[in-house]
Amino acid sequence: METNLALVLLLSPFVGFLFNIFFGKKVSRTVSGAIGTFTVVVSFLMSICFFAQLNQNGKAIELSLFDWISVHNFKLDFGILLDQLSLLWLLFVTGIGSLIHLYSISYMHDDEHMHKFFAYLNLFVFFMITLVVGSNLLVMFIGWEGVGLCSYLLIGFWYKNQDYNDAAKKAFIMNRIGDLGFLIGMFILATMFSTLNYSELKHAVAAGDVNTALLGVAALCLFIGATGKSAQLPLYTWLPDAMAGPTPVSALIHAATMVTAGIFMITRMNFVFDLTPEIQNIIAIVGAATALVAASIGLLQNDIKKVLAYSTVSQLGLMFLALGLGAYNVAVFHVITHAFFKACLFLGSGSVIHGLHGEQDMRKMGGLRKAMPITYITMLISTLAISGIFPFAGFWSKDEILMVAFEHNKVLWVVASIASIMTAFYMFRLMYLTFFKDFRGTEEQKHHLHESPSLITIPLIILALLALVGGAINLPGSTWLNHFLEPILVAKHEEHALGSNEYMLMGIALAGALVGIAMAYAKYIKQSFVPKEDAAITGFNKTIYNKYYVDEFYTFLIVTPINGLANFFRTTLEPALGKAVFSLGSAANGLGTQGKKLQNGNIGLYLFVFVIGVCAIITYLFIAQ
Amino acid sequence: MNNILNQIGIENYIFLSVLLFCIGVFGVLYRRNAIIVFMSIEIMLNAVNLLFVAFSTYHQDAEGQVFVFFSMAVAAAEVAVGLAILVSVYRNLGSIDIDNLKNLKG
Repeated sequence: METNLALVLLLSPFVGFLFNIFFGKKVSRTVSGAIGTFTVVVSFLMSICFFAQLNQNGKAIELSLFDWISVHNFKLDFGILLDQLSLLWLLFVTGIGSLIHLYSISYMHDDEHMHKFFAYLNLFVFFMITLVVGSNLLVMFIGWEGVGLCSYLLIGFWYKNQDYNDAAKKAFIMNRIGDLGFLIGMFILATMFSTLNYSELKHAVAAGDVNTALLGVAALCLFIGATGKSAQLPLYTWLPDAMAGPTPVSALIHAATMVTAGIFMITRMNFVFDLTPEIQNIIAIVGAATALVAASIGLLQNDIKKVLAYSTVSQLGLMFLALGLGAYNVAVFHVITHAFFKACLFLGSGSVIHGLHGEQDMRKMGGLRKAMPITYITMLISTLAISGIFPFAGFWSKDEILMVAFEHNKVLWVVASIASIMTAFYMFRLMYLTFFKDFRGTEEQKHHLHESPSLITIPLIILALLALVGGAINLPGSTWLNHFLEPILVAKHEEHALGSNEYMLMGIALAGALVGIAMAYAKYIKQSFVPKEDAAITGFNKTIYNKYYVDEFYTFLIVTPINGLANFFRTTLEPALGKAVFSLGSAANGLGTQGKKLQNGNIGLYLFVFVIGVCAIITYLFIAQ
Repeated sequence: MNNILNQIGIENYIFLSVLLFCIGVFGVLYRRNAIIVFMSIEIMLNAVNLLFVAFSTYHQDAEGQVFVFFSMAVAAAEVAVGLAILVSVYRNLGSIDIDNLKNLKG
């Protein structure tokens, strides 16, 4: 029974994918979208069932579907593990996935390839579920690769634009670099423990007598895998470009779910990372640096989706900071609240873009507050949440990260706090530029301004509500999430007694956010500042606007040399090799042409040659003797 | 038998055989008429047969003579086939000049 329900949970979106890819064209767009949505809702309902059951009896379910690999002493099942961690992830992946599917029915309705869009989206959900529920690293890897593939397909969904195709390829290749790390880490673990099953690995590691140096290498490799998927330094550059995809894709894949896969994986393998404090340090530093760098780039972006993209990278950095400090439950908490408000923000920006018929530049927006009140209010709630304003969801989760950072390392705390202030600033900059003052677009756009249809606003409202109250799952004092996650984590997380220190930190975080908001208010409301045209940006601002030229640096460091090498092979080596091979051929040909003349049908000549040959052989035999 | 060999000497048989063989070779090389070429081949064959028989006697061993019987039998069959081919060629081409057989060229 459990196996069947779990299979329904896993395969339902896959059925949706098959339907949409094979029959999607034959049915109307609404039907195609409805079926795509329905299959994900089914998964969501199954997840709720399992979650309720687990919440009651606290017993994780591990199912083995079939023997997958059995070589010598290495044995691997294709197994499903439904425990606290995977069910949490399932709930928000399928839950937010359902909302975004619903939203897409309206958002993508004018696209002629809508059935393909839903097919890819369903396939993505299927692979994401595979990633989450696998009971060993190899099953997770299948999902890991699968979501990468779907991300590629969806970023390049409007494939007629070459820039979008390039963005898709960039995302795919950047992810491959990380995947290589994942693979190597997996191989090392398999060599060390002859298993990849989580519980067996956990026992093997707990049994002690482990080569910590080798384990550290494995942990580092796994972390490299996570930096690729979760867009951390130095592999983060694909995520902002990934905004080329349709906005629901950005919301689902590149904000709420897929990019949190790295955090999921590290939380899953927490027993490995706990034994390698050096790697944890690296994770914390990389996380904090990413948070700061991405936030600073976000300060000056003018594309509404790019701002959100950099804010995602920055928030992911904060999560990694928490992971690196061993506070896995805090990271998971922030993943969940972030999924709510970031999905809401992306969907809201999608609603704005929809209302403006594809305009993404904030310099050409403004004053949308009156035309799109629901979008405005929901986005405002989410912005308050991401900025960390009491009592929205983001306040609680971000505050916990800052608290953990303060306990462990003051420098990291300062960096994270600065990143948070920047977050508040650029998010309110986005709000002010988009919704306040006067409309700066064309008259025609102004004429057509309207609130989006209810299929778009309903998911927005639900997500905004969640962003409002989502923090309740782990309030200081009633830490439901911490207790829930206890069976997963090896190191026990000590409870905070709410002392004056904690209240002071909360106050500082809140004050920082308010400062950021006030600065944005002063600049964009009081002074009515509108960002300049691209050409007019100078000085350090230009460096930031151009993302610190990281892309150009990578191009210079890696892409250009590879292109040069390829060019060398193409223009020099390949013709040379080709010439060598061709000359062999023509030599044989020439020899044949000459030899052909011998066989001219003159029997006298044949006989003569024959006799000469015999004479020569006889002579040779005489001489040889 | 020995008497004959003693009187004449094995080397003369060899000379005769070589001479016959060379005649055959030159006949094959220089004549255009297929029948003469064919006869020349037979001469070469018989030169070898002669050598066989001579050495057979010289070594007091009958095996060489047995071989000659075989080769003569085979040669008889071969002559029959060869002549049949020549007749056929003549019927087709109206001549048996080997230079006219260029149609066989690949």
